[in-house]
Amino acid sequence: MLGENGAGKTVLMRILYGMHKPDQGQIFVDDQEVRIDNSAKAISLGIGMVHQHFMLVPSLTVAENIVLGLEPTKYSYLLNIDKTLKDIKSLSDRYRLQVDPKAIVSTIPVGIQQRVEILKALYRRAEILILDEPTSILTPQEVESLFEAIRALKQQGKSVIFITHKLKEVCAICDRITVLKKGKVVGTVDRTQTNSDALAQMMVGREVLYTFERKQVTPGKIVLKTESLNASNDRKLPALRDVNLEIHESEILGLAGIEGNGQTELVEVLTGLRESRSGKISFLGETITKTSTHRRIEKGFANVPEDRQKTGLILDFSVLENLILGRQDKPPFATKWSILDLSNCSKFAGQSIEEYSIRTPSEHTLARYLSGGTQQRVVIAREFSRKPKFIIASQPTRGLDIGATEYVHTKLVEMRDQGCAILLITADLDEMFALSDRIAVIYEGRIVALKERSETNELELGLFMTGGKCG
Amino acid sequence: MGRKAIQARRVNELLLKIASSLPPTVVYQADKTRSRVRSFVTSFPIKIGQNLKKSLRNSIPQIVAIVVAFLVGAVVLAATGYSPIDAYTRLLMGAFGDSYGIGQTLAQATPIIFTSLAFLFAFKCGLFNIGAEGQLLIGGMAAALVGISFTNLPIYVHLPLALLAGAAGGALWAFVPAVLKAKLDAHEVITTLMLSYVALYVTSYMVNYPFKAPGIVAQTPFIAPAAELPRILPPTQLSGSIIVALIMVGITAFVLQRTTLGYEVRAIGLNATAARSGGINVKRGMILALVISGTLAGLGGAGEILGVERRFIDHFSPGYGWDGLAVALIGGLNPFGAVLASILIGALRSGGLVMNRVTGVPLDVIYVVQSLVVLFAAAPQLMKSLSKKRAVNWQTANHILTKIRSVLKKVGDRLRRR
Repeated sequence: MLGENGAGKTVLMRILYGMHKPDQGQIFVDDQEVRIDNSAKAISLGIGMVHQHFMLVPSLTVAENIVLGLEPTKYSYLLNIDKTLKDIKSLSDRYRLQVDPKAIVSTIPVGIQQRVEILKALYRRAEILILDEPTSILTPQEVESLFEAIRALKQQGKSVIFITHKLKEVCAICDRITVLKKGKVVGTVDRTQTNSDALAQMMVGREVLYTFERKQVTPGKIVLKTESLNASNDRKLPALRDVNLEIHESEILGLAGIEGNGQTELVEVLTGLRESRSGKISFLGETITKTSTHRRIEKGFANVPEDRQKTGLILDFSVLENLILGRQDKPPFATKWSILDLSNCSKFAGQSIEEYSIRTPSEHTLARYLSGGTQQRVVIAREFSRKPKFIIASQPTRGLDIGATEYVHTKLVEMRDQGCAILLITADLDEMFALSDRIAVIYEGRIVALKERSETNELELGLFMTGGKCG
Repeated sequence: MGRKAIQARRVNELLLKIASSLPPTVVYQADKTRSRVRSFVTSFPIKIGQNLKKSLRNSIPQIVAIVVAFLVGAVVLAATGYSPIDAYTRLLMGAFGDSYGIGQTLAQATPIIFTSLAFLFAFKCGLFNIGAEGQLLIGGMAAALVGISFTNLPIYVHLPLALLAGAAGGALWAFVPAVLKAKLDAHEVITTLMLSYVALYVTSYMVNYPFKAPGIVAQTPFIAPAAELPRILPPTQLSGSIIVALIMVGITAFVLQRTTLGYEVRAIGLNATAARSGGINVKRGMILALVISGTLAGLGGAGEILGVERRFIDHFSPGYGWDGLAVALIGGLNPFGAVLASILIGALRSGGLVMNRVTGVPLDVIYVVQSLVVLFAAAPQLMKSLSKKRAVNWQTANHILTKIRSVLKKVGDRLRRR
């Protein structure tokens, strides 16, 4: 099932899983018309779903999560742990989904958590498995093992609905492909009778720009430099170990890595939200290790955070109010008595809405009511209109459709061409290669590789990202 | 009417005479100012009208909550054998029927305006200041001490000084939990609540020992006349405190909506992570919000002491601080809504007394209604769904109501027979 963000894939799947009521129409399972009023009904019909955001209890073990609600019992009240473990063992052997049943879910990587979700569905005797964008959070290696598992499922006679907006994956794993656009089926094709260009054409109705023109710009002087930077995470464990980075003018430095290897902490330390334990950060030659977030913004920092709804925007603030965040205390937005100058704010909001094509009914609309892509435009408008010298962009296109992604990419390169130093943190290797001038890999808080873009490839990066163990 | 017209013409003539004797630039300036004022004044009703429409729409849940609370109160009244219509008429007449009633209603509302503003301001920053009671007491005590300490200051020094002392007292009492919150992450609900008890007993000690006036009652001596806030509508208890309160309403609304400080406070309250990431100093914002909150509550205490009591009497507050929390919620967490809600509660209090005197309905019924308003206002989702016509199944509602009424009536009858 292929489609852009907002094409209606998830809604359709939620209907199949009984989480959403259709207005009209019929659903057939094994040629029988069925009514699916709730998830329990869906499960009893043999439909299983792996949500984009997992529905696991983090503090329980893998085994407990899999059997949750259907626990095998002894003497009808005691948990039959042996039987549970045996059942799970046989399931995971059959479908090549290896898990450690006794591990606590919160301690295992997302790739394994996903396996747990799949096993959970299989344990409920699912014949039809719905996987909602299963690869969006996986590393290349994890994706490969997921595909292996899907092939095993297929061999055992299961049907799998694989939802994605990545063409590569569709070509790699699917037999038939249904393309959805704006809530309508554009068509269903056999994989053997199509190619990725044709699919992209169906998906967006226009040729997609995979690459775009990049001017050759020679990087200038060092803008941001870190020297043996060390920092801890929230649990007081070391998260950054001796990080040395240099980012130049007119340069995009890509930072690749599996999530949770210190990227979040690095961003927080660089923006002044987290204290470093040791090391030095300098900005245009000036030490700023202890400088506040506010002062750093004044000096020319911009941050496009990973989670635009939690960190990037104040959802219950209007577009206007969001646009002035970070400059609410300075002219032209505030007078010297710290009273907001509403007419200047409004003028600025109008300009930004036009310049960054923010699709909003008005500047007073709450950010909450905007689509994901539009919300990201608000963040970008706010950060880039400050004329920053250094930009941190974390997962800047996560969850955005192709059009919005293209926009973000164009803007980032535009800023680079104008002389900005940019640190790009992304899990999407295509994006990494499309934008970066140099690519660094972070693994367990350490920079394990630093390469010119032209001197490396996805496979090599994937190896560095996983510590070189898999391959 | 004739006299007024003549007066107006005379004033006009006088003004014209003055104007013609002025140099032309001044006249020009005055003209400009006048046209500016006129355009402001003429555009004002439109703006107010637009805002009113919007705020009316926004306050539907609150209005429904009040109506439902009165309906349920009517059931309680009917069940205990009183006529709801009669009782409510007396209540309304008592609260708004004459100038005495209005004065008392507003006098009762005044301290609650302060405390609801206090709760609201901290709440906008995501903080639950439930210690307005303590801040009010300390503010009142500080004002009283300044009031009794000087005897020969002129009013324009003494009164502002006493008010300032009240504000500072409240601010200080909120500063402690604010710092504990910012530095040690101590939860403000616990600290402000506990400090309220400290305030209660500290002030109690002060009026019982060091500052006790001669006599049996635990109270300070009277404050100097120069520190008194004048009464507005004697013999009611309405004092200049309400003017201070209304000024504070304006300032609070302005600060929240139109200043950098208000922007930052609201940003922190809505999403502290994003605010911090946007360079806002969250700890500083929280401290400021709590201190301002305490200042407002402290001013409320000072207003009561300087305007109504004229001395600090032990336990003078019947719980204004706690009322503030409820009223802020009824008022939809909006400064102007807080005024209206305060007046509602004030009316219930002052009208309730009249109702009690004339019809014999126990005051407790009034407290039931008041609690119900709060209860329903605190469930905005419920009220929203009730206010949608489709959601209300009147038949079922009626059925349930008659059932409740018959049951309550039986209980009431039995109680009365005993």
